[in-house]
Amino acid sequence: MIKVEKLTKRYGGVTAVDEISFEVGKGEITGFLGPNGAGKSTTMRMLACYLPPTAGRAQVAGYDVFADSIRAREHIGYMPENVPLPPDMRVREYLAYRARLKGVPGRRVKERVGDVAELCNLEGVENKFIGTLSKGYRQRVGLADAMVHEPDLLILDEPTIGLDPNQIRQVRTLIKNLSRHHTILLSTHILPEVEMVCSRVIIINGGKIEAVGSPETLRETLQDRGRTRLEARVGDVSAAVKKLKALNGVREVDCSEGKGWNTFLLHVEADVRERVFVLAKTEGWDVRELSRRAVSLEEVFVEVTHHDEV
Amino acid sequence: MKRFGTLFGREVSRTLQQPLAYVVLFFFLILTGINFQAGVLAMNAEPGTTTSVEAFFNSLLFWFPFLLVFPLLTMRLFSEEYKLGTIETLMTAPVGDAEVVLAKFFGALVFYAVLWLPSLVYFGVFWWVTGQAPVEAPGSILGAYAMLALVGAFYISLGCLASALTDNQIVAGISAFALLCMMFFLGILWFFFPVASPAMQSLAYYFSTIQHMADFSRGIFDTRPVVFYISFTLFTLFLTYHALQYRRWRA
Repeated sequence: MIKVEKLTKRYGGVTAVDEISFEVGKGEITGFLGPNGAGKSTTMRMLACYLPPTAGRAQVAGYDVFADSIRAREHIGYMPENVPLPPDMRVREYLAYRARLKGVPGRRVKERVGDVAELCNLEGVENKFIGTLSKGYRQRVGLADAMVHEPDLLILDEPTIGLDPNQIRQVRTLIKNLSRHHTILLSTHILPEVEMVCSRVIIINGGKIEAVGSPETLRETLQDRGRTRLEARVGDVSAAVKKLKALNGVREVDCSEGKGWNTFLLHVEADVRERVFVLAKTEGWDVRELSRRAVSLEEVFVEVTHHDEV
Repeated sequence: MKRFGTLFGREVSRTLQQPLAYVVLFFFLILTGINFQAGVLAMNAEPGTTTSVEAFFNSLLFWFPFLLVFPLLTMRLFSEEYKLGTIETLMTAPVGDAEVVLAKFFGALVFYAVLWLPSLVYFGVFWWVTGQAPVEAPGSILGAYAMLALVGAFYISLGCLASALTDNQIVAGISAFALLCMMFFLGILWFFFPVASPAMQSLAYYFSTIQHMADFSRGIFDTRPVVFYISFTLFTLFLTYHALQYRRWRA
């Protein structure tokens, strides 16, 4: 559905997106994950045919987003970040206008507007001015607009930003239901969202793709690159830190002292629990905890996007 | 150009649904009404050769609201979309940039027509009350309204360009006003070139909107101003199209 090859975007001297390549298959919900300013919105804007790429190619539904832009746009439903809407239009009027603009034939406009309004729980506000709606409703109007012309691909930029927990849950459920008929590419920096909604994750940072995979595989591959916690009574703390650091696979050791017990947090590149155990035995440390921290996607994210700063 | 109708309809309804439109229309009609009244009074005061159409279209009271109305008509066209961010949803719908520019241009032109149509009533009333035709030749009134449309189209295109360059409506309005004043007063230079330099004078005639209107409202048809306004309108719309694209290339 989406095919991106070495897509690049430079603003002035800044490279916002740097030669990224990826593919999204039909029916997938792909999460674009990255810190603010990572290049998520820029990439999505290029895919939605809003920004022309500096270099590289991108195809949506077989149409080039630059050369065959108008036809590509017919297959895309795009919801920009912060959902810009005209405040002076009524919800139904806006959706009908958008439907006609996106090429829904006149006799089907009413039906489509009714369908998306129902799907997005907009009943009751259809005749209100958009300017008077709450953030949650605005978000849903934006979503309704994105899918009013039955696009194959939905591109949603931060669909849950600024919503309260209940609304977030509603929007997530809605997105999950939509995946039956649409391919979805959504961006977020909220990690649980990705784990809950997406079947595939693309982690992007500094304009480059850092990791691609399902939330589970990402967690598995990075499980070993997590942290190991050791709580032990050692004689000489600094000597112990040195010895732990010397172990194969340990990158960094943080140490905090408690009442007689010291807690060591080992940043590791592999599973080192066995080695730590052997070391503790030979050194004669009393150990009361040796565990590998269950890695959440959040840690994967931190690990992947901030590895140079840790 | 498939979606032009939809875009155009939206532009027209957007203009006519805002309260500002009626405020502008109200004061505009007052000003043009005063202008017409002044023309009729002047004709009553002493015998002369001017017709009521000539008096209406060639007074200061005509040019003042005429010039003032363009920034108000055009300043929000693109600026508001930039500011609200709706330009992004608009330009990611399957519509071409040229369609957007043309729809906005013609949308503003429709409201401009709405502003001027009531003035036809003045001449009708004049005819009805005095029993005298407001003009001696029908070409005079046709010429005046043709010139109104031509200059209007050009100045609206200047307003479109100004609005496409900024996301601030005030900046758009003021630069539109500056641009059209520049074009307008370029023509006034005509008065500063004495008959002694006919070359400069004929050059200045090309830009002299006041002179064009004076000629056309007398029923004198000249193709030069027609070509001038149409070609400059197209050129300015072409620039507007590029200004719209430039914002995305740069953004």
